[in-house]
Amino acid sequence: MATALLEVTDLACRRGGRKVFEHLSFGLAAGELLALVGRNGSGKTTLLRALALLVRPDQGSIRWQGAYVGAEPEAWRGRLAWLGHLEGLKGDLSVAENLLAAERLRGAPPAEDRLDSALVAFDLPALSSRAVRTLSAGQRRRTALARVVLAQAPLWLLDEPLNALDAPAQAAFRAVLERHLAAGGLAIAATHADLGVPCRTLELGSTAYSPPPSSGEVAEGLRGSAASHDPLRPFGAPPPQEGGGGERKT
Amino acid sequence: MSGFSALVARDLRLVWRRPGDVAVVLAFFVVATTLFPLGIGPEANVLARIAAGVLWCAALFAALLSLDRLFAADLEDGTLDLLLLAPWPLELAALAKCCAHWIVTGLPLAALAPVLGVAFGLEPDVLLALSATLLVGTPALSLIGGLAAALTLGARKSGALLALLALPLCVPTLIFGAGAVEALATGGDFGAHLAVLAALALVALATTPWAIAAALRQAGE
Repeated sequence: MATALLEVTDLACRRGGRKVFEHLSFGLAAGELLALVGRNGSGKTTLLRALALLVRPDQGSIRWQGAYVGAEPEAWRGRLAWLGHLEGLKGDLSVAENLLAAERLRGAPPAEDRLDSALVAFDLPALSSRAVRTLSAGQRRRTALARVVLAQAPLWLLDEPLNALDAPAQAAFRAVLERHLAAGGLAIAATHADLGVPCRTLELGSTAYSPPPSSGEVAEGLRGSAASHDPLRPFGAPPPQEGGGGERKT
Repeated sequence: MSGFSALVARDLRLVWRRPGDVAVVLAFFVVATTLFPLGIGPEANVLARIAAGVLWCAALFAALLSLDRLFAADLEDGTLDLLLLAPWPLELAALAKCCAHWIVTGLPLAALAPVLGVAFGLEPDVLLALSATLLVGTPALSLIGGLAAALTLGARKSGALLALLALPLCVPTLIFGAGAVEALATGGDFGAHLAVLAALALVALATTPWAIAAALRQAGE
């Protein structure tokens, strides 16, 4: 495995007094995609929010190129592009206005010249002057994904990116994601569906795959996984052998 | 600073798209203040005596009217996460939100107040003084109200809770704002009152952005 740019060690999070996950360790190198899978409530969104420093983890560390990300939170946030389960779009602004405003809010230089390619990537040019509140759920999702592309950030944190997308939009998303990874970008996506891009998989809600870190090997909780598998277990994850840790978490 | 001005510009643009929200606030201010002369009757000296207090109280209530949506709208559509994830201090974002609120609320209130003061039979110099105190004092209302809005984010009946939190904190501003106008009318020291009012606004400016940012981070968890 190539050197990990992002290293997560022994991470644990608690929500409302309940342990969501603990002893979570993984590393992610340039060009790699990590799919977070697991039952509803297994902590996929919490992990994404912890990585973005929106949720304070109970313990553990997150490092980027060896440096703790909490030490310089603003620099870290500048490296992230975020897609939550809410789109983060203003209904009263048009598609183009939303994208440009989001980019300016990141403190980035004017993005007008890059806007077109982001719009084209998700087939949005025809909608660019429509108010977002008049768009369908899938069109909003595409707008939010265009915002992620526009941010030109090395690490994408995506929560259910395929939600509400039709087949052509899913293909467009795959093409964009592959381009991002090929350019050395990283992406972590919580998903229930097959992303259709070669990825590594982290299954949450099961302690069997997240041993406490003992050596320098941080990626023990990960298994390489190809794209296509039995649709019922899309990432080829065999059920955990050891104990009933999974039930406790779900 | 580019993020700060971008956020102010975005919020102003959103208000521009829905001018009704601001119109309601200003209409409330006009209606509430004109009820007093109608209710009390045309006794010029009584009206002039209570004018500053009535206009200041009405301005305070009007400013609170629009505050419950200040951060709630961003929380509901997910743009609050984008603010939390912006690579510049959240304290500045909090200040930008309050700044935009003041531009669309405090500034028009200060401009409207002298017009309404005429209904109370105020002298021209008192009208100007009233406008000046609102201009200096309303930033404090936007900042304190912004703090209350951030603290009540996600709560049920957040509007009532917000008023309950913000109104006691706005009492000093109210006392010195109305007091300054009264001082001018009765030959007191207008400048001293105005200086205290400005000091209150500066204290709010120096403290509330940090408290608002902390409350927003809490709401984002």
